[in-house]
Amino acid sequence: MATITLDGVGHAYPTRDPGEAKRYALKPINHVWRNGRAYALLGPSGCGKTTLLNIISGLVIPSDGRLLFDDRDVTSVSTEKRNIAQVFQFPVIYDTMTVRENLLFPLRNRGVDKRTAEARVVEIAGLLDLVPVLDRRARGLTADAKQKISLGRGLVRSDVSAVLFDEPLTVIDPALKWELRSKLKAVHEALDMLMIYVTHDQVEAMTFADEVVVMKDGEVLQIGTPTELFERPDHAFVGFFIGSPGMNFLPATVEGASGHVGETAFALGSGYPSLTDKVQLGFRPDYATVSNDGAGIPVTVLRIEDLGRRRLARVALGPHEVTATVPHGAPIALGEARLEVAAHHLHVYVDDRRVEGEAA
Amino acid sequence: MDKPLNNRAWLFVLPVLVFVLFSSLLPVMTVVNYSVQDTMGQNNFFWNGIAWFQNLLDPSTDIGGRFANALVRNLLFSFVVLALELPLGIAVAICIPRHGWKVGASLVAIALPLLIPWNVVGTIWQIFARADIGLLGAALNGLGIPYNDTQDPTSAWATIVVMDVWHWTGMVALLAYAGLKSIPDAFYQAARIDGAGRWSIFRNIELPKMQKVLVIAVLLRFMESFMIYTEPSVVTGGGPGESTSFLSLDLVKIALGQVDLGNAAAMSLVYNLITLTICYAFFTVMTQLDRRKDV
Repeated sequence: MATITLDGVGHAYPTRDPGEAKRYALKPINHVWRNGRAYALLGPSGCGKTTLLNIISGLVIPSDGRLLFDDRDVTSVSTEKRNIAQVFQFPVIYDTMTVRENLLFPLRNRGVDKRTAEARVVEIAGLLDLVPVLDRRARGLTADAKQKISLGRGLVRSDVSAVLFDEPLTVIDPALKWELRSKLKAVHEALDMLMIYVTHDQVEAMTFADEVVVMKDGEVLQIGTPTELFERPDHAFVGFFIGSPGMNFLPATVEGASGHVGETAFALGSGYPSLTDKVQLGFRPDYATVSNDGAGIPVTVLRIEDLGRRRLARVALGPHEVTATVPHGAPIALGEARLEVAAHHLHVYVDDRRVEGEAA
Repeated sequence: MDKPLNNRAWLFVLPVLVFVLFSSLLPVMTVVNYSVQDTMGQNNFFWNGIAWFQNLLDPSTDIGGRFANALVRNLLFSFVVLALELPLGIAVAICIPRHGWKVGASLVAIALPLLIPWNVVGTIWQIFARADIGLLGAALNGLGIPYNDTQDPTSAWATIVVMDVWHWTGMVALLAYAGLKSIPDAFYQAARIDGAGRWSIFRNIELPKMQKVLVIAVLLRFMESFMIYTEPSVVTGGGPGESTSFLSLDLVKIALGQVDLGNAAAMSLVYNLITLTICYAFFTVMTQLDRRKDV
């Protein structure tokens, strides 16, 4: 059990030319992972999330910064001395051992007294529904059972500082994914451990974590609760990456409390100072409604996508296209229509970063 | 599902049957033919029943005794060679680097002995081991270790065993390396996180993952060492005395030296059956044992 502090931790691979600027696989970040909470690292492939995870587990030694477990500096402490558990993308099991022996293995290696170890294994197996297969050979089991064993080997050690997950559901059957995910959540609640979960699947991240860290190109763009990420994305990429479909962005000019997209004016919730550079208005399709006979901004409906649970309209605003929601049960026809966006759901982005307005 | 039954489909198998017939069945049948007949010369053969086999399998007869002794020598040789090459090959494979230019360099160096023809290997070692001018033999004698592979059976055996280890350990190493390469990094990382030591990683991850290639390595090495002919024939010629006369060498002596076709035919058939039986038994036991543990 511990709180993990990242103090300017970053990682750059060595460059050949000493004069060359460092190319960071992970740009330096400051963050505190608090004990007992579940975090998700979310981002597209190659964004540095696995590097960050491997730095915490000690498989990669960071080139910059310090890593603290509580007050202890573990930056260059080896993996086996860190009390970290990690679950990998593919199940890692010891082929020749039974499930019980697999779970005992980390305890035996650390010289835990036999009776304590046996009791702990039975307890963890109970938590993961592995009791019926305890004496089966691990090799013959299904992928999800194997992944539970990998997880169990991390959990049996009562002294682990954190459990790290590196896209653990990749090889799991979709029908079982949901079940295993809720199992993880239950384990988290039962054991009160710090858990860090790497994924590129936003649904996994949002359902598992208390806080989500969104990363791109080695940089942390935003850390927040799922609601914060959805309602107030700090970065255009977060808005685009989270939510399905992603956020709409329109190039705009902003004056005071109104944003202009071409000839059209959007009323903003608050006033802004004069903004230069690349200014964009962003809003979620979920908070934009389109109807043939309401008030709002004149647009042209290009097509309707019926998703069953809801209908989305692709509409044209001058040369730009955005996605909006068609209200439940309302009829909609192609052609002329009106688009409405609530002012407090309209965000202003300058160079892809959200700027907060001043209260009007 | 109803599958159409058409016996003409057997015609598709015909080319393979013809090929197998000419490549193995017919030649073997000539051997079978010799093994049940005897001749007084002039190419007149007559039926002899299973007498050759009875003789061969009775150690009290001259030919039976020779056969039994050679068989024991062969089994001993295969056992010694496997016991040395397998651990050594695995050890070499573990030491091969996993990344960079060193991989290619190591693999080429390890594979070099495999690329040398059998008789050349024999010739190299025959000269290398000579007690008077050979680097190995002369050096050993110079160090005060009595060594002469043409007069002392122990020296002769040691030479042939070391030669075989030199020639074939590379193959075991390459196979084991292929097995090691197929282990994902996550296994090593997980083992480190679980606090496993080097021996434990070898015992619980590497060895189980190499098992399949090692079964193949054992089969190949057993068959090849059990049928060894060229190298000892060049290095020692079966001597000194009969000490390195393996089954194959003895067989050639009987068949081509003494033109004793009946005995030679019976011997080659039994020899063949023994190889086949041991390989089959080994393979079955290895795979079955493995499967039984899954339940």
